[in-house]
Amino acid sequence: MNVAIVKYNAGNIYSVDCALKRIGVEAEITDDKEKLLAADKIIFPGVGEAKSTMEYLKAHRLDELIVNLKQPVLGICIGMQLMCKHSEEGDVDCLGIFDVPVKRFVSNNADLKVPHMGWNQITGLKSKLMPKQIEGKFVYYVHSFYVPLNEYTIATTDYIEPFSAALHKDNFYATQFHAEKSSEPGEIILKKFFEL
Amino acid sequence: MLAKRIIPCLDVKDGKTVKGVNFVNFRDAGDPVELGRQYSLQGADELVYLDITASFEGRKTFLELVKRVAAQVNIPFTVGGGINALDDVDKLLNAGADKVSINSSAIKNPELITQIANHFGNQVCVLAIDANFENDKWRCYLNGGRVATDKYLFDWAKEGQERGAGEILFTSMSHDGVKTGYANEALLHLHQKINIPVIASGGAGKKEHFKDVFETGKADAALAASVFHFGEIPIKELKDYLAEQGICVRK
Repeated sequence: MNVAIVKYNAGNIYSVDCALKRIGVEAEITDDKEKLLAADKIIFPGVGEAKSTMEYLKAHRLDELIVNLKQPVLGICIGMQLMCKHSEEGDVDCLGIFDVPVKRFVSNNADLKVPHMGWNQITGLKSKLMPKQIEGKFVYYVHSFYVPLNEYTIATTDYIEPFSAALHKDNFYATQFHAEKSSEPGEIILKKFFEL
Repeated sequence: MLAKRIIPCLDVKDGKTVKGVNFVNFRDAGDPVELGRQYSLQGADELVYLDITASFEGRKTFLELVKRVAAQVNIPFTVGGGINALDDVDKLLNAGADKVSINSSAIKNPELITQIANHFGNQVCVLAIDANFENDKWRCYLNGGRVATDKYLFDWAKEGQERGAGEILFTSMSHDGVKTGYANEALLHLHQKINIPVIASGGAGKKEHFKDVFETGKADAALAASVFHFGEIPIKELKDYLAEQGICVRK
């Protein structure tokens, strides 16, 4: 299997590569268009800020390439947010694969801090990416922006309000949490992605 | 529900774990990578690696170690010690660390917090504060608690948050090593004063102390070293206990 990790101006890409190696998947970190198009599976990971990463994707014409991919694509964290329509982070239009907004967490409760940082549970699992065996399991989050529940939601987490832990539409999959840092449940999800 | 986090801290010198370790059936306790992996298997939620090496060679060894941790551990980890400039942070993050912890260098140069937050995001920057309770105030210290400063815990934590720190790691020097519980009163005050997560450190001696630090101190995470290293409190047992007490933990 030919796996590519999209290289762009976001952090944490090496961690994703490490996580794939742990489950026995060798991937190439690349921004080469030919290589991306030829890959069987593509991971679009990242830690970063929406506006600057979106500008980078556009400048390198990776935006249109990602939107038109036909093979399974997995967006992680900022990768998922960039796959949505618009982000309140930097008030920027994103790729629009999922026609849903990315909003900023607003907390009125001192106990619910922002960023949402740490381990929280995923429930209401749907799609092949999210097997029933990990219903209710904890996964690792670090984020200040979220995607509200919508028709593409395949997993839900409750923090301040229930939000989209994961999304799926056609060949596009995405998780808000860091599957690569989420211990066993994360590894199960990554394995499922490579079985698609 | 967001789980309360349990974080073992590993002191590393020249690539080896410093504090003695007393695990049953575990041969290479001196290897920080293997030790971290064991902790993650026991249910630790995050790991903190502190480089206490002074030499240049030791620093390079630490960077290699961070790469090996990233390759083998499937939970997030923070690294600290000897971080003085953005370039140090860049190297550690590229080696696979999720967050960096800065302490003395932030007190000497608070602008470093802002720089790290702007370049890599707030979540990357953990502001570690060592403070001692004296004359009714929590005075901050430098260089592993050896040098007193004119900064005080609550104001410094608040400034850290405003500058862009993503978390505060507060070690009470008055409680560290005494094993009579965490500095819950100060932690509660910190919780009320700032709205980024607080990691409590210093004072863990028994399981009840963790319950107290989450319930009374309102800490988001609890860090400890010796009770885990010497096997006094196995992490799995601790989490079972906390769950029984009605505290949300990841199991």
